[in-house]
Amino acid sequence: VGVKHTVDYNIKVKVKDGKVAKDVKHSMNPFCEIATEAAMKLKEAGVVTEIVAVTIGNAKAAESLTKAMAMGADRSVHVVGEQAEIDGLETLQVAKVFAKLHEELQGDIYFMGKQAIDDDQCHVPQMVSALLNIPQGTFAAGLKVADDKSSIEVTREVDDGSQTLSMKLPAVVSCDLRLNTPRFATLPNIMKAKKKPIDKKKLSEMGIDLTPRVEVVECAQPVERQGGGKVADVD
Amino acid sequence: MRRIQRCVRWVHKKVTEEDITAFRNIVGEKGVIVDDVTKYSMDWLGKYSGECPAVVRPATVEEVSEVMKYCNEQEIPVVPQAGNTGLVGGSVPTGGEIVLSVERMTNIISTDPLSRVVEVEAGVILQSLEDHLLDHNLTVPLDLAAKGSCCIGGNVATNAGGIRFLRYGSLHQSVLGMRVVMPNGDIVDMRNKLPKDNTGYDMKQLFIGSEGTLGVITDVVLQVPTTSSSCNVAFLGCQTFEGILETMKLARKHLGEIVSALEFADEECVRMSLHHTQNPHPLGEEKAPYYLLVETLGSNEEHDMEKLENFLNIAMEEHVTTGTIAQDGSQAKLLWAVRENITVSFKDFGDKNVKYDVSLPTSDFYQCVTDTQARLDTKLGEGKANVVGFGHIGDGNLHLNIISKHPGCAEHLEPWLYEWLTIRGGSVSAEHGIGVMKRDALKYSKAPAAIELMKSIKSMVDPKNILNPYKVL
Repeated sequence: VGVKHTVDYNIKVKVKDGKVAKDVKHSMNPFCEIATEAAMKLKEAGVVTEIVAVTIGNAKAAESLTKAMAMGADRSVHVVGEQAEIDGLETLQVAKVFAKLHEELQGDIYFMGKQAIDDDQCHVPQMVSALLNIPQGTFAAGLKVADDKSSIEVTREVDDGSQTLSMKLPAVVSCDLRLNTPRFATLPNIMKAKKKPIDKKKLSEMGIDLTPRVEVVECAQPVERQGGGKVADVD
Repeated sequence: MRRIQRCVRWVHKKVTEEDITAFRNIVGEKGVIVDDVTKYSMDWLGKYSGECPAVVRPATVEEVSEVMKYCNEQEIPVVPQAGNTGLVGGSVPTGGEIVLSVERMTNIISTDPLSRVVEVEAGVILQSLEDHLLDHNLTVPLDLAAKGSCCIGGNVATNAGGIRFLRYGSLHQSVLGMRVVMPNGDIVDMRNKLPKDNTGYDMKQLFIGSEGTLGVITDVVLQVPTTSSSCNVAFLGCQTFEGILETMKLARKHLGEIVSALEFADEECVRMSLHHTQNPHPLGEEKAPYYLLVETLGSNEEHDMEKLENFLNIAMEEHVTTGTIAQDGSQAKLLWAVRENITVSFKDFGDKNVKYDVSLPTSDFYQCVTDTQARLDTKLGEGKANVVGFGHIGDGNLHLNIISKHPGCAEHLEPWLYEWLTIRGGSVSAEHGIGVMKRDALKYSKAPAAIELMKSIKSMVDPKNILNPYKVL
């Protein structure tokens, strides 16, 4: 399960000196919570044997891994980067990290949130699928695993309704709002999560080219909405 | 609808067209409402209402003063009103009084982030004040379910409590100054902005909690705390009530200064609240008969989390059998929503509900619920009424509620409940005040000499008894 440690959903984002202020409360991306819950449901149904939570971020991102493990993930992988590296990280590079990890993890289903609420790019699941040449079920609002566990059926949210696709495993599933309601982690699990293993890797040692291909030209706060006014007449 | 029995002959003047014109001259056409006054003449519970000849809405303290002067001369009774969210019928007419509403006085006059002092007019809605203060990294020192509609003037007049009382204390502490219009129209300006001012009698304290019977508060100067960057919410369950008490002790010991709220609810309350909001139970299948919500507010996330985890490790060895910690802001809101929606959920289960808001020694807290249930089971028969309890256990404040579709619960409980409380040194009204509902109960919590003193002060400032008559005393 890919989880991202992003700006907390309740924080009002402010722009300072042309950059988004990042020294605010962070927590797990809400769609990643849904992804973790989706994996947990499969584990509870006996379909899945192991859940590995993965994040690429700075040192504090480990908090989101602990949260995923409190929800029930068995272990985690933390690809750690320096703050400067993380700030400049682009979605293609993130996808390449996942592709690299697949060599080791050999996951059957890669669960991710459909997009991160800080940059709203919605790129990574699709890119991972392309890099690994495996099927993708994005914007999942429903999921069924075949009895022989060789394929899955994903019901996707599309503009004019929903679409159900069947695909062989391994596959990437990106989770949308209606897939489930993430559970509250119970206290015993929160305590157990602290003892679960986190495998740390350095971003700089993963052999991925981190040179940016995208240049941020400008970053500004949206114009404040002006209140409506009453007019005397329409002439 | 309860009609209020008056034991004194109606001596006040009935409002005439001339009076309404006079009001219009003072506050302007927009300021007087004579049609469709239900919003002002009926309370939030829909339990108390009285005929209201006019709603007068001044925009400045001078207008308030003119209105009071006129009413005093003409002997017209006045009910001062802010958000009209009170639960004891203190903010609505009993029959014939005009309503003096401060709803047009909504200016935030000044904010000083360095000394953390804010000056506001009485009609500022609590939520609006909170939103304004957030921009300055400040927060209002009180928080209650009605915050979307209640006004600061009313909060001060009723000495409102709420969920942050534990951390920030009462309004008696937070209010630094105020401006009041006396029943005869005199404006008394006590808008002090300094935390320390020992010059003479501290008169503003009299008005805090006076429930609009001694003066009309038009402006409030508040000391406000800074916001806390780190907030954690834990929702814990115990199998026994004693377990809850022990857990509270542990919380105080191991969390110390970062505790900001300790709220209690029994499983019935949680069930009803979740039924109303249609949210899932935070503890899934692992429920418990008694729950404690613990909130911490501090300035260092890691520091607070460490303390919280330490506390939880110990608490789980002792009495906590199930629980969860909010992992982010949304989960924290959901946990609070369980507690905040309890009151509003009661209407889904019964239409003859009775509520009591009492203070009692923490050790007797749940005994009150059990004994009340036993009494109603005996008097009405089993299954006819469901007695539940929840509340600010950290402040010893229990909201005792009887959910029932059968009338007559109150008759079996008054004065029995008040006597039960008096024996244990409790109070018949912890936060909600006296209003009209608990006038007869006042004697259970205040000695006769104290009540006489209140009456002397009242007759001194309001000799014609025009300001919120028939309330409190």
